[in-house]
Amino acid sequence: MTHVNRRSVLKGAAAAGAVGALSQTGLFDFAKAWAQTAPWKPEKGAKLQLLRWKRFVQSEEDAFMVLVAAFTKATGVAVSVLNESLDDVQPKASVAANTGQGPDLFWGLYSLPHLFPTKVIDVTDVADYLGKKYGGWAPSAITYGKSGNRWIAIPMGYNGNVINYRESQIKAAGFQKIPEDTAGFLELMKGLKAKNTPGGMALGRASGDGNAWVHWCLWAFGGNLVDAKDKVIIKSPETEKALAYAQQLYATFIPGTASWNDSFNNKAFLAGELSLTNNGVSIYAAEKADADKNPKMKELAADTNHALWPIGPVGKPTEFHICYPMMAMRYSKFPQAAKAFMAFALEAENYDKWLVGAVGYITHPLNYYDKNPVWTSDPKLTIVREVGRRTLTAGGLGSVGERAASALADFLVLDMFASVCTGRTTVKEAIDVAERQAKRIYR
Amino acid sequence: MPEAVIREPAPAMAAPSAWSRLKVNRGWLAFWFMMPAAAFLVLFLAYPLGLGIWLSFTDARIGRPGEFIGLENYEWLVDDSKFLLAVFNTLFYTIVASAVKFAIGLYLAILLNNHLPFRAVIRAIVLIPFIVPTVLSAIAFWWIFDPQFSIVSWSLRQMGFIKANVDFLGDAWNARWSVIFVNVWRGVPFIAITLLAGLQTVQPSLYEAATIDGASRWQMFRFITYPLLTPIIAVVMTFSVLFTFTDFQLIKVLTNGQPAGATELMATLSYNRAILGSKIGEGAAISTAMIPFLLACILISWFGLQRRKWQHGEAND
Repeated sequence: MTHVNRRSVLKGAAAAGAVGALSQTGLFDFAKAWAQTAPWKPEKGAKLQLLRWKRFVQSEEDAFMVLVAAFTKATGVAVSVLNESLDDVQPKASVAANTGQGPDLFWGLYSLPHLFPTKVIDVTDVADYLGKKYGGWAPSAITYGKSGNRWIAIPMGYNGNVINYRESQIKAAGFQKIPEDTAGFLELMKGLKAKNTPGGMALGRASGDGNAWVHWCLWAFGGNLVDAKDKVIIKSPETEKALAYAQQLYATFIPGTASWNDSFNNKAFLAGELSLTNNGVSIYAAEKADADKNPKMKELAADTNHALWPIGPVGKPTEFHICYPMMAMRYSKFPQAAKAFMAFALEAENYDKWLVGAVGYITHPLNYYDKNPVWTSDPKLTIVREVGRRTLTAGGLGSVGERAASALADFLVLDMFASVCTGRTTVKEAIDVAERQAKRIYR
Repeated sequence: MPEAVIREPAPAMAAPSAWSRLKVNRGWLAFWFMMPAAAFLVLFLAYPLGLGIWLSFTDARIGRPGEFIGLENYEWLVDDSKFLLAVFNTLFYTIVASAVKFAIGLYLAILLNNHLPFRAVIRAIVLIPFIVPTVLSAIAFWWIFDPQFSIVSWSLRQMGFIKANVDFLGDAWNARWSVIFVNVWRGVPFIAITLLAGLQTVQPSLYEAATIDGASRWQMFRFITYPLLTPIIAVVMTFSVLFTFTDFQLIKVLTNGQPAGATELMATLSYNRAILGSKIGEGAAISTAMIPFLLACILISWFGLQRRKWQHGEAND
């Protein structure tokens, strides 16, 4: 088994990173051949600017930049990559779409392209090409990528949001593994608290982790913001049950989760203060990256494991993983180059290496990549392979478009859970507030 | 020919054309000198303000111009509990923070006006919170208020005052007081230094006369310092209130409105709805709703404090 960590990837990247040395890895040969046969011929003198979410795992970004360098070498198209924190990609993209200038490519999250479906380039040909070649798209990738009959974005990957836990502390609380149902999960959380090793999940305005767990909870009990026709149905006994469950869960949390944003649980887990949380596998990646020089981290990495979410009364997975779609803007002067880049990135010769570099933090949207070595080289990462097929989409039963994005941006569900859990409002009041706001968004 | 000379005015004396009169007209010249400033104000202040107000009457979304919908956005907001909470938070935040900032600022200014050793150094140190970029200081406080790693909680725990960490930002009222504390910490230097400048314009002879008359320190403050400082207090507090009312960076970095909207200010709510939620019209309505509050504040300081007769060289009533 190859042991993949930041260091080994960096070594690989160092070998491949110097663009001149690319041919040694075979990547450049492939890139050159690809550029000659690919259906998308970049415009003369094309230059691309790409704005992406800021990496959480350094080795992922390193691997991505190798891929970018190979593309430039093969096609002559210079790609400058800008980074913005996850929450800031959307406003930037929105303003760019509004003013008609800015980066050619945006790489954001969830339903970003659906905020301005008319302002992005139709990439149906790219999606069809990739889908045919690589065993088809995961169902949620199709939902996120398509608007009506056409593809408006290429889902580049998912960030699986799973249960991160400490094996020793779960055992100390009397459990061998994470229970597979919500009732058992609550018992586990109670047990952890009783042992004075509480878990905790972000209940502040954490667009990633916070939204992931409250949506899981809402859906697990059969609650939904809207139905398939986008009619608001949040006011239901199922929602009440979900909120009551969250209240019980919150009582077992480590103090302070109401102010947590996406980074707090990482900090607390890495400091050994947290026995269980929900996150990408980036905590584990960080532990392993530092394991060589820090024996504490080595110990922590050996004790950290991941699990999929428990299943609630609805009887099927109700997970909510982040999807990262990439879109090309209509104002771009180089649409062919942009399409070529997206297709190039998802070709096996590039994408396989990138998945390895991301050490499980990124999951593929194309079924072919199930056999990527990252999923088997470390058994602790294997479960993350499934997230593309298991995740529900933003908006739940409803459409994935602008309205779902608005509801997420307003933290509609998250605030409903937070105000109940922190005792600011009653269950009924919180649902009323959410319903009223949802009705305006979905009118 | 002499007659002709008399009848026809010499060419030099011909009535000057409108253009040549304009060329030497000082008003006309002044108009052009003012143009850059006026253009600047119109372009960067009046136009955005007007546009913002117009947008608040539309259902515009990012990437799509809206249609005129009248007062619909406002009608919605009047019943929106999150908006009302944000209004309450903003008023509470502004009133409490401004009052505390004024009290501490005035105290510091009076203190610094005395003959202290290392006065120049101390004055420079007092300015530090104001110089540090808001986002940086907010991030520093973010760690200070961290639920798990707070230095304050840690110290109190070590000293045995508390058993569990203080939940600074997770509890609604703790969070409100915490952000007010940071705002005060940041805002005091501005007030202190400005008031100090005002204090130094007060003539020492007034105090000497008062001392001879047997005035106490409080009387000297009440009847000399305070009245002479009033104009500058009016200006500095107007600025302070305006800045506090429209605060954005601090909240955005420190709490982003959590827990569950307990620290949401009108400015952050407007940003969240308009930019993140792409409902430009509604966001503009929230911003526009701030204008009456700001106007009221300016008018109070203008009419209440500025129009003292002595400022115009007359005696006080």
